[in-house]
Amino acid sequence: MPERIQSVKTLPKTAESRQKLILVTLAVCAVLFFILDIMLGSVKIPFDEVLNIIFQRKSENTAWLFIIEKIRIPKAVTAVLAGCGLSVSGLQMQTLFRNPLAGPSELGITAGAGLGVAAVMLAGGSSAGIYAISQLGISGSWLIITMASLGSGLVLFLILLIAGKIRDNVILLIVGVMIGTITLSVISIWQYFSQPEQLQEYIMWTFGSLGGVTQYHLYALSGVVSFGLLLAFISSKALNAMLLGENYARSMGLAIGRTRLVIMAGTSLLTGSITAFCGPIGFVGIAIPHIARALLGTSNHRILIPGTCLAGTVLMLFCDMIAQLPGTQTVIPINVVTSLFGAPVVIWIIISRNNLRSSFS
Amino acid sequence: MSGGISLLETRNLTIGYRSKKTFRVISENLNLDLWQGQLVCLLGSNGAGKSTLMRTLGGLQAPIHGEIYIANQRIAQLKPADLARKLSLVLTERIEAGNLTAREVITLGRTPYTGWLGTLNALDEEKISQAVTLAGAGKIIDRKMHQLSDGERQKVMLARALAQDTDVILLDEPTAHLDLPSRMEMMHLLHHLARQTHKAILLSTHELDLALQAADKLWLMEKDGKLTTGMPEDLVLNGTFEAAFARPGFFFDKSTGTFIIQSQPGNNSVSLSGEPNLVFWTGRALQREGFVIEGVQEAFCKIVVAEVNGIPVWEINWNNNVSQTTNIEALIKTIRFNVNA
Repeated sequence: MPERIQSVKTLPKTAESRQKLILVTLAVCAVLFFILDIMLGSVKIPFDEVLNIIFQRKSENTAWLFIIEKIRIPKAVTAVLAGCGLSVSGLQMQTLFRNPLAGPSELGITAGAGLGVAAVMLAGGSSAGIYAISQLGISGSWLIITMASLGSGLVLFLILLIAGKIRDNVILLIVGVMIGTITLSVISIWQYFSQPEQLQEYIMWTFGSLGGVTQYHLYALSGVVSFGLLLAFISSKALNAMLLGENYARSMGLAIGRTRLVIMAGTSLLTGSITAFCGPIGFVGIAIPHIARALLGTSNHRILIPGTCLAGTVLMLFCDMIAQLPGTQTVIPINVVTSLFGAPVVIWIIISRNNLRSSFS
Repeated sequence: MSGGISLLETRNLTIGYRSKKTFRVISENLNLDLWQGQLVCLLGSNGAGKSTLMRTLGGLQAPIHGEIYIANQRIAQLKPADLARKLSLVLTERIEAGNLTAREVITLGRTPYTGWLGTLNALDEEKISQAVTLAGAGKIIDRKMHQLSDGERQKVMLARALAQDTDVILLDEPTAHLDLPSRMEMMHLLHHLARQTHKAILLSTHELDLALQAADKLWLMEKDGKLTTGMPEDLVLNGTFEAAFARPGFFFDKSTGTFIIQSQPGNNSVSLSGEPNLVFWTGRALQREGFVIEGVQEAFCKIVVAEVNGIPVWEINWNNNVSQTTNIEALIKTIRFNVNA
C-alpha cells in the first residue's frame, strides 16, 4: 500500500496554510455564533445559565430549560442545517451549470419545492387536521420532505434536460427563471381556489422561519440534510473534474449521466427538505459559494464544500440573531433578513476580493 | 520509426452527425492506424470535418458506422474509466476554471486512477511531476489558470493529459490561440514527446508548414471527406498536399514547402544577383511588387546586392545608369521611378 498523500498538500505552503487559517476561523465563528444565537431571544437568560443548559442539560429555572432545549437549540440547529444545505446545493449547481448565477432560488428549484409544499398544504387541506407543518406528525414531515424534494427534483430535471440542448449559460438562466415563474403561477392558481385558512398557512410558510422545526421534524431534516451533504462530499472528485467542462470530464473517465444524477439528487434533497420546513430562503444558495471561493481562493471542491458549509452556518446564524431583533419581543421573517442584511455583506466581500469572475473564466 | 505497435485503429469508420433518422455523413470508410511513437498531424481546411473525426476518435461522439479499436479493444465496449486510462484529450474549448492552480488542473489528470475521494498516492505524485517536467510546466505550476497566457494554459492542459498516462493522446487544434513562438514550441514539444515516451500523438492543426516539419505522418482531409495519409514529403511530392489546399490566388512552392501569394506578374523584368540571403528577401519583395526576375541577358534592370562593411548595399543598373540604395524600400522606389519615367 503506497503512502497516502492529500492532494491539498501539493499546494504551495502559504496558500495552504492561509486556507487552513480561514477554515479554522470560520469554525470558531460558527461555534461562537451558535452559542450567541441560543443566548439571544425575547426572554433574557444569563450567559452562564445558557452554558449550563447546553453542556449539562440542567437548570433551576425550568422555563429557561424548556426555552433553550425545546425552542432555541432546535432553531439554532435548523439554522446550521439550512446554512450548510442551501449553500452546498448552490455550490453544486454553480459547478454543474458552470454558471456563477446558478442557485436554488434563481433557477426555480425553490419554487419547485414550494409546489410540493403547496400540494401537501393546499390539496391536503381537505383531509382534517393538516393546517400547519408544526402540527404534522412524523409521517407528515416525511410526506412534506418527499413532496418538496420531488418538486425541486422535477424543476431541476427539466432545467437539466434543456441544459443538454442549450449550451449558452445566459439563455439557460433565463429558461430557469421562466420555469420558476411557471411553477409559481401554478401555485398561485392553487392558492386562488383554496380556503382562506389554508392560504394563511401557506403564506406564513413563504415568509420563511427557522423556528417551525421541532423534535421529529428536526430528526427528519437532520437525516436528509446530512445525507445530501454526504452525497455532495462524495461527488467532490466528480465536481472537480466537471470544472473543466463536460467533454474533459468525460475524457477523464467520468460517467457524466450518473454524476449528473447524483448531483441532482443531492441538490434536490437539500433544497427540497430545507425549503419544506423553513420556507423559501433566498440568496443564501447563490451567495455563500462565492463568499467561500473569495475567502479560500480556490475552486477545489474538497476544500470548498467544508468551507461553504462553515460560511453558510456563520451567515445563517448571524441572520437568525438579527431576525430576533435583540432586546425586543418581535421576530421578523428570516427570508427578509437573509436578503436585507446578507446581500450587502456579500456585495462587499465580492467587490473587495474581486476574484469572482476568475472562477468562471 | 513506425515499426512499433498500432495503438489506435479504425475499421470501415463512417463519421458524421445523426439527427433523428437522417445522417449527415462527413467522411466514410476510414481505415486509419496510429502507431506507437508517432506524431500524426490531421490537416484540412475549415469545415472539412477535422473536429468531428477527433471527437469520434476521442469517444465524445458515436460513429455512424464502423469500429474504433484502442489496443485491440473496441472503444464502444470500454467503460469510461477504462477508456480514460488508454486515451486522453486536449480540446479547443477554453476552460472556465480560472480559480484552479495549474497544479490542481494537472492533478485532475489522475482522475481515472484515484479513489472516490481523489486522494493521491505516491505513484500519482510521481506521474504528475513527470508530466510537469515533460510538458515544461514547472515554472507555472503554482499559478492560477487565469494568470496564465494562452500558451501556458495549453502547456498545462497537455501536462494534464500526460498525467493521465495514456498510450494515445489526441489534441484538437492545440496551437489555435497561440502566437508563432508558442506554436513552434508546442509542435517541437509534441514531436519530442512522441519519440521520448513512445506514445501515439494525433493532433489537428492549421499550421501547414509546422506540420510538414514536425509530423511523422499526415492525415489530409479534403472538403469531400476524402482522407489521404502518408509521410509529409511523399504527399508534397505527389501533389496531394497542394491539391488539398489549392485556392486561386496562391500556390504551393515545393522548393521551400510554403504557400506563396500569387501577385499579378507584371512585364517589368529585373535581374538579381549577389549575397544569397539578401537575394532571397529582395526577390520576395520584388515578386510581391509584380516584377519578374529573369536572367542578366533579358532584364533591362540589373540589381546586385552585396554587403559593404557589414551593411547591405543594393546597386541598380538601369540602362547603364547606376545608383545605390541601402534598403529594399528605397530600391523599389528607385525602380518604380525609372519605370514611370
